[in-house]
Amino acid sequence: MAAARTMFEKIWQRHVVVDRDDGYTLLYIDRHLMHDGSAAGFAKLRERNMKLRRPDRGFATPDHYVRSDTREISAIADPHHRKLVEAIRTNTAESGVTLFDLGDERQGIAHVVGPEQGVTQPGLTLVCGDSHTSTHGALGALAFGIGSSEVAHVMATQCLWQRKPKAMRISVDGTLGAGVTAKDVILAIIARIGTAGAVGHVIEYAGSAIRGLSIEGRLTVCNMSIEAGGKAGMVAPDDTTIAYLEGRPFAPQAAEWDKAVAFWRTVPSDEGATFDREVSLDAASIAPMVTWGTSPEDALSIDGRIPEPSTAPDSAKKESMKRALDYMGLVPGTPLEQVPVDRVFIGSCTNSRIEDLRAAAKVAKGRKAVIPSWVVAGSGLVKKQAEAEGLDRIFVEAGFEWREPGCSMCVGMNGDTGKPQQRIASTSNRNFIGRQGPGVRTHLVSPAMAVAAAVSGRFADVRKLA
Amino acid sequence: MEAFTTLDAVALPIDQPNLDTDQIIPARFLGKPRDMQVGALFHDLRYGPDGTPRPDFVTNRPAFAGAKIVVAERNFACGSSRENAVTVMVDNGLRAFIAPSFGDIFFNNCFQNGALPIRLDAARVAELRAMLHASPGARIRIDLANQTVVGPDGKSDRFEIDSFRKDCLLRGADEVSLTLSYDEDIKAFEAKQRQEMSWL
Repeated sequence: MAAARTMFEKIWQRHVVVDRDDGYTLLYIDRHLMHDGSAAGFAKLRERNMKLRRPDRGFATPDHYVRSDTREISAIADPHHRKLVEAIRTNTAESGVTLFDLGDERQGIAHVVGPEQGVTQPGLTLVCGDSHTSTHGALGALAFGIGSSEVAHVMATQCLWQRKPKAMRISVDGTLGAGVTAKDVILAIIARIGTAGAVGHVIEYAGSAIRGLSIEGRLTVCNMSIEAGGKAGMVAPDDTTIAYLEGRPFAPQAAEWDKAVAFWRTVPSDEGATFDREVSLDAASIAPMVTWGTSPEDALSIDGRIPEPSTAPDSAKKESMKRALDYMGLVPGTPLEQVPVDRVFIGSCTNSRIEDLRAAAKVAKGRKAVIPSWVVAGSGLVKKQAEAEGLDRIFVEAGFEWREPGCSMCVGMNGDTGKPQQRIASTSNRNFIGRQGPGVRTHLVSPAMAVAAAVSGRFADVRKLA
Repeated sequence: MEAFTTLDAVALPIDQPNLDTDQIIPARFLGKPRDMQVGALFHDLRYGPDGTPRPDFVTNRPAFAGAKIVVAERNFACGSSRENAVTVMVDNGLRAFIAPSFGDIFFNNCFQNGALPIRLDAARVAELRAMLHASPGARIRIDLANQTVVGPDGKSDRFEIDSFRKDCLLRGADEVSLTLSYDEDIKAFEAKQRQEMSWL
């Protein structure tokens, strides 16, 4: 009998084009997602006078530089950024790559659009010039972010040179409490293993709590694998995955569907497969989380207090905690629930899918936001679905702004930024210094917790908002 | 791509762990031509909110002028995939980075730009940073062929690097050309995949 293999190992082996003696592998890439920032890759290809090897494997949508208040490209203030949003149109038209452009209801954040269109499928390799490409692993794909040189390399060859990463399994077993979401799970994982905790590893998320998540929830968990230092994150495909993919525009159809499903059933890790590292968490012990510092690992449950640097294990950690608290304008010992919030952002490739908006609307219904609060749907289709369900009206009645799809306030490069010293409860993935604009203080939370902050004007435990 | 062989240069100590790519080049400088990004290196660490240089930040101190090496803390350049984090450092003359660990994507991006990321033991990296603080302007010598880093104290450490990456850097080789030499293998793979995964 063949040795038991992990899901990662199976997908890797299936995509080896060349294995060199020096430990490097030429890996075939099945799907290449592109966005407005991918213009650099097209430019590098042009410099070499080369064409895309497999335009049929490329899918593009503008997200990073688009405005969330209008679909007019001419309204993009920075001429360089405007050119990038225009370039995706000319680059895809010339190369034959499928484009979901502004004005098309399928446009949105690449990591929302890929799964939504059925482009992302189990057992595939998928790359994109964006670190949050790890998102797509939620459907059982091996997906990771690359830089613009490697983007050009994939465009030219449909392959990448890779050294095989190690495999890590993070198991979350048990039942999540009320008000505890996929976002809280991944923040709890990162708080536990640290932001470099999975460097050099592909993470497989397993356990009953992960299996119990919807695809949307799994996408949220896999999205932040990069914040745990991981090369990629993935969840084994199961009935939930197959039901999610059925009927999606780029999913296999008819007889091909049955063939694909039969293959997808073989993708999960074999029983007895071994991992280089194992970590496990108890789902019941996870509470709604809020980050307090400037690294995603600085996460606490909502009933916690801002930590004391004096409790740090060493002087380097103490210094970095002091620096983070100084930037964040926080006093050690303050209960999180007493920290006032200036602004709320619900959106990003982490939390802008229909389930996120439903969870947010449930808390917002019948309440009023007391601080400026935005909701930015992940795609035109998510926005349309939310409007069909009346979620937009709930948000607008509660005083939230209902905006157009894109990366918006997550990336700080499209005009959607906060002001210096502004404290933002954000459903995005990075609380880095300056991430949402110079001097802006970002706290990462789930959509439900973001609404709890919006209606309270401070961090609040969504479980207490009956 | 410019080959990387040896480097004997002033080194900058950067003490913050998890120094992310947004600190190396803030997002608002992205999406612009490369020559417009040169001044954005460590922008919000180098300058105060009013745009005046922070005299204590390492790149603003005259003793570190001409530095070509960065000695950083763990998980250096974690965060986004922006290759600008490498190119902005290369364009400011910085071509080698020594740290206990790196963000994975940054680590890969270095090799695409003739830059060398070196992983060394955390204790030794801390020692190197302490020496650079004690003697600003002190030099470090890197020899890629022999895989050694010689600190200001004359102590030599061996570092590990994949022979594939090492060879490409030493020759200044271009990966796309290398990959194209395997074109027959790629075609064979594609033919096989058309059979096995016809739905793609």
